[in-house]
Amino acid sequence: MRLVYFARVREALGRDVEDIDFPGKVQTVAEALDWLASQSPSHAEAFADRSKLRFALDQRMVKPDAAISGASEFAIFPPVTGG
Amino acid sequence: MIRVSIQTEAFDIAAEAAMLERLGVGAVATFTGIVRADDGVTAIELEHYPGMTEASLSAICEEALQRWGLAGCTIIHRVGRMEVGEPIVLVLAAAAHRAATLEACAYLIDRLKTDAPFWKKEYRGADAVWVEAKASDTQRATRWD
Repeated sequence: MRLVYFARVREALGRDVEDIDFPGKVQTVAEALDWLASQSPSHAEAFADRSKLRFALDQRMVKPDAAISGASEFAIFPPVTGG
Repeated sequence: MIRVSIQTEAFDIAAEAAMLERLGVGAVATFTGIVRADDGVTAIELEHYPGMTEASLSAICEEALQRWGLAGCTIIHRVGRMEVGEPIVLVLAAAAHRAATLEACAYLIDRLKTDAPFWKKEYRGADAVWVEAKASDTQRATRWD
């Protein structure tokens, strides 16, 4: 699955994209964040405050309990601030 | 008619309005957002999620078209670096009467602020800070639910 990061999340991780194969037990957005945070300190730090994160699966906004299976693009970013 | 554009260059408000005026429906309302000189801000930089941004703005336009029976609707949002006083975003709505266009304009900019994947960084000289989302923007958008 392709992960894409924007704004503060992108800067905290030092990359805008990475390809991740999640283990089968990881089924939701929230579980994916927990798993990524367990893999590296930089992910743990970037995802520490979940209230400041928003998610999109295949470019549609989703809640943390959304199932990730079947999605090809998983975006993680801060609350939006356009306009 | 729906027109959505994400671009780095400045937009031509008169030309955008003229496109909707040619529909001949009676009323066109416009809103322009400008880089504000908030306590020492010298410039801003806008980042977005290519693909999702266009889809999100089109969906917002589609909703406004249905809800207010608009004949046309335009959203233009710039990305990249902009100095204080430069235009950031332009929304226009065209319909038979003023009330629909004014309400639709307010809806378009309120929804854009909470739904479209843009992120703003403020510069004060060389110092850069990501802008935090405002609860008041979310509050404003809920009045359209």
